[in-house]
Amino acid sequence: MPDTHETMRLDAESLSGARGGDTVFSGVSFALSRGQALVVTGPNGAGKTTLLRILAGLLQPAAGRVALSGGGTAWPDTASASHYLGHLDAMKTALSVEENLLFWQRFAGHARMSVPKALETVGLGEIGHLPFGYLSTGQRRRAALARLFVSHRPLWLLDEPTSGLDRASAGRLAGLMEGHLREGGMIVAATHLPLGLAGARELRMERE
Amino acid sequence: MLALYLRDVRLGIRAGSGALTGVLFFLAVVAVIPFGVGPDLNLLARIGPAILWIGALLASLLGLERLFQADREDGSLDLLVMADSRHMLALTVFVKCLAHWTANVLPLVAAAPLLGLFMNVPPLSLGAATLTLLAGTPAIAFIGAVGAALVVALPRGGLLVSVLVLPLTVPVLIFGVAASRAAVADPDPFLQPFLVLCALTLFFAVIGPVAAALALRNAD
Repeated sequence: MPDTHETMRLDAESLSGARGGDTVFSGVSFALSRGQALVVTGPNGAGKTTLLRILAGLLQPAAGRVALSGGGTAWPDTASASHYLGHLDAMKTALSVEENLLFWQRFAGHARMSVPKALETVGLGEIGHLPFGYLSTGQRRRAALARLFVSHRPLWLLDEPTSGLDRASAGRLAGLMEGHLREGGMIVAATHLPLGLAGARELRMERE
Repeated sequence: MLALYLRDVRLGIRAGSGALTGVLFFLAVVAVIPFGVGPDLNLLARIGPAILWIGALLASLLGLERLFQADREDGSLDLLVMADSRHMLALTVFVKCLAHWTANVLPLVAAAPLLGLFMNVPPLSLGAATLTLLAGTPAIAFIGAVGAALVVALPRGGLLVSVLVLPLTVPVLIFGVAASRAAVADPDPFLQPFLVLCALTLFFAVIGPVAAALALRNAD
């Protein structure tokens, strides 16, 4: 489902992030337009997660601002326009993988792929009927990644998306991310492993 | 929103069966009262509706601290908060309260007439107590949501929720018991306290989710 918002862009201006009153980073600026990806790298504690949570609207920046422009009425701000994949998978262990994904599809709206198709996309075609709690770490992560495909959001905020994935799955994820960029999406990914994304810009964060 | 309601009800029934725990606790509270008070049937019949109300109130506080904590632990809460522009957070909280009430409190209301028999409560009074529980217990869920949202980041918030929430539920308890007693004590009016009870539920249905949403948004 291609977007019609040709001029959509994400701007971050001299952002500062604080956790528990301590500044973890300051002066982070970048701009991202359609089809572009930003890979945020840096050591543990450099504020990668804090930055992503600020972009997602879950935390207030200590200084600076984040703005999504050109999203029209469908995507008025970054929170509404983004898929946020954090450290946690946001899945209920007591429900089956399909039930979990169906719920997020209905809740998030903008349905894109059917649940079985999304599961196939991440290579979990066979196990949709299993309770999420039965899956291995890597399978859980892939099921969580399937959430990105059941409903459409132009901006993906991914926090260590490859954690727990084997090399083949990580390679597949890189392909899926490139597909999202080709469709005019935007990606901000925090990682300390190379994601294998061609043409992605890098934002290096250092501990203060 | 319907999807969220169905998911939460399904989780409430499937995982850990909070409904059964609540009913068992309710049963335990009601069953020990006659042993403590003694076998005076008239006395038991008189205090029966009040005991049913107290038992249901305490039992409905049981699973309350998990209302948002479970969603926070698996990361769902972030997504619910982020969806604010699509589904207003207060409305999301409201739906979660309704689902919690359906899965955990409605079984208590259904069990109340049966447990009332233990207390020699006459049929009319039983009916009144059940009706007032049906109308009043949603208010407890809505008040409880505020407490649950406040302690969402604390590892052991269960008792704290009860301590925070209990004082606020006192008006609900007073009017609930007043109405169910009035059904048998003749000169007392039934309708007025019952209507006040309904008003309390409606009042907290608005205030509770808004306050809880505010607390959740600032939980980080």
